[in-house]
Amino acid sequence: MKFWRTPLDIDQLKIPQGEIHIVKERCKGCGFCVEYCPKGVLELSDEFNSKGYHPPVVVKSGECVNCNLCEMICPDFAIFCLRVDAENKEVANESKT
Amino acid sequence: MSTSVEPAVREEHPMERILRMDRIPHIWCPTCGLGTVVTALAAALDEAEADLDKVAVVSGIGCTGRVAGYMKLDSFHTTHGRAIPFAFGLSTARPDLKTIVFSGDGDLVSIGGNHLIHTARRNANMTVICVNNFIYAMTGGQVAPTTPITAKSSTSPFGNFEHPFNLPLLAASSGAVYVARWTALHVRRLTKAFREAIDKRGFSFVEVIAPCSTLYARRNKLGTGLDLMKFYHDNCVIKHGCDPKEVEIDYQSKIVVGKFVDIEKPTYIECLNEGYKSIFGDKYKPYGGGDGNN
Amino acid sequence: MKAKPENVLTGSHYLDGNHASAEGAIAAGCRFFGGYPITPSTEIAERISQRFPLVGGIFVQMEDELASMASIVGASNGGVKSMSCTSGPGFSLMMENFGLAIMMETPVVLVNVQRGGPSTGLPTLPGQADMMQAKWGSHGDYEVIALAPDSPQESFELTIHAFNLSEKYRMPVLIMTDECVGHMTEKVVIPPADEIELVERKFTDKKPGEAWPFEWNNGDIPPMLPVGKGYKFHITGLTHDEKGYPVINAEAQKKNVSKLMNKVRNNVDDIIWLEEQDTEDAEIIVMSYGISSRVAQPAIAKAKEEGIKIGQIRMITVWPFPEKRVRELAKKVKAMIMVELNYGQVFLEMDRCAAGNCRTSLIPHAGGTVHKPDDIYKVIKDVLK
Repeated sequence: MKFWRTPLDIDQLKIPQGEIHIVKERCKGCGFCVEYCPKGVLELSDEFNSKGYHPPVVVKSGECVNCNLCEMICPDFAIFCLRVDAENKEVANESKT
Repeated sequence: MSTSVEPAVREEHPMERILRMDRIPHIWCPTCGLGTVVTALAAALDEAEADLDKVAVVSGIGCTGRVAGYMKLDSFHTTHGRAIPFAFGLSTARPDLKTIVFSGDGDLVSIGGNHLIHTARRNANMTVICVNNFIYAMTGGQVAPTTPITAKSSTSPFGNFEHPFNLPLLAASSGAVYVARWTALHVRRLTKAFREAIDKRGFSFVEVIAPCSTLYARRNKLGTGLDLMKFYHDNCVIKHGCDPKEVEIDYQSKIVVGKFVDIEKPTYIECLNEGYKSIFGDKYKPYGGGDGNN
Repeated sequence: MKAKPENVLTGSHYLDGNHASAEGAIAAGCRFFGGYPITPSTEIAERISQRFPLVGGIFVQMEDELASMASIVGASNGGVKSMSCTSGPGFSLMMENFGLAIMMETPVVLVNVQRGGPSTGLPTLPGQADMMQAKWGSHGDYEVIALAPDSPQESFELTIHAFNLSEKYRMPVLIMTDECVGHMTEKVVIPPADEIELVERKFTDKKPGEAWPFEWNNGDIPPMLPVGKGYKFHITGLTHDEKGYPVINAEAQKKNVSKLMNKVRNNVDDIIWLEEQDTEDAEIIVMSYGISSRVAQPAIAKAKEEGIKIGQIRMITVWPFPEKRVRELAKKVKAMIMVELNYGQVFLEMDRCAAGNCRTSLIPHAGGTVHKPDDIYKVIKDVLK
């Protein structure tokens, strides 16, 4: 991450990591999450769900920062993120919806 | 390491707490913006730490009108255009509830137009979320009072040649105390606007421009809902405090979004109580509100 | 349970039908009124606007009748007894949300002070030509309860009765009065509160999550769910199931419509209220309701003096129509005459139920004034010729 000046607390700065959960059967392949993920972590997969849509798949593993934008913008309640802390354990999602 | 996982025990989507999961998946089309707006409302209720037992959602007829059936709150799916007066009766009889009207542009502004302006005039304490997709979607894509000039629909097959409403201006001039417009793309700002509207005492009106892919986009050859979202991305201009007179929407023109009006005004019941108190003094019995066991 | 003393204007008053109706509503515990002024019903709204601030009610003059009906359905769903009043043109507008109240099984009371129609008609003069509209006005299949008072005293009593019926059967109840009864001023004796019986709304005693808004267990009227207590229920105007969720198929439609119809049809003995005089050995029966029944009295008395074996049925409930009684009597009498201020509305029901077993005759009247007793007498004399 580029800063125009170095923050004083940079050694305490922790970029969160997120674990993406996709409810494949609910997805309608709209592409909102793919388009608007700020890190470009998702792409529409080639697989089909039972309704014939292509659910998304994570293509840039490790880059999700748990911003929850995909969770908010998905019109089908089909994707959400859970925060993963440094010890790789899932913690409760703080930004609840 | 973060990957897409399929755990042995499926994690619950956070929205599942506020949705009637026995009715999901919903009936809305792929790339419809309605689910996004519902998520924003749920997030706003969460952030406001609202007592979900005391939130009532009233909707009318239309695609947006189906929202009441999917949210796990005391919800009422009423007749076409009458969500606002129904909610007015409910919120006046039960001032302890947070009453939210969640309906579409055709329902609230066409057949329900009269009720919108009068309830705003009275400054009844409720929040009106008007999802504007510029069309009557549920019934097959007919022209709406918000359809931009020259846009095509099933009842304006050669283009709409009527001036549409400017909804923020309509709400503001009728007396709403909080008027904002966002799109389904601006999810975080929309959530904040919903939060402010719900907390605001009086008549709050939030217009949400949302993509309608199957009808509006298709009939006007604008692509899918995703293409409409991209259009919002490139053409929305945020202007907080803008004069509502200047936020008209032309066909595929720039869209001014933001919080346009945020004023203080006594609500309907406050006015009523103050007025009668000044006349009757202690003899006045203010309406206490039934609590369900009246 | 009994009415609350602070709500009841006990005593002897000189009131017109509309004012008496308003007092009846207040005594019954109505605390929300959403209406729109329309002659000749406006006095109900005016009196309620004067009295409500002192009894803790909210009176709202809504922007139109469409909003009025919607608002009272909303308020009633919130748990508050609600009513509205209107006349012909407004009644037509209210039909849409009247259907919503039927479908949502919401108790409300609606007073229609009938006037001459159709359309704007005669705003200040009586008619009784909305009776079929009371039954069939909204679209779809359903049953209604409609009461017809014949005096200010009865306007007071029937308004209370209407609230009781609406709470008991969880449906909107109509009071089909007319301009004459609404505007006539007579002595109205309002009894002490402990002599007024009220039916209070039945709420479920099950916990949230275990109760649904339309639980039809054995044909009993389901208790309502209170709003704002965690039940998080959903109700809709679409055809729905027990849970209140829309179900769009023929089976659900059959269940839904049958329950709305059976609600009244299975309880006709409790609901129907007739005032019969000398019907047991009558040869001619005069049926009427509202103001027409008072106008028929002198004609009937004159006919009796001449030895004609004549009986009278005054329908206090007009809907549901007393089919069983009329079918029974039609086999025993020679003629049945209907007196109403229209060109044959409830008459059609009487005629249908008589089924050719006796002669049926209507004394029509376009409205604008009431029948002349002499005209009624002439028909009584001639009906058997």
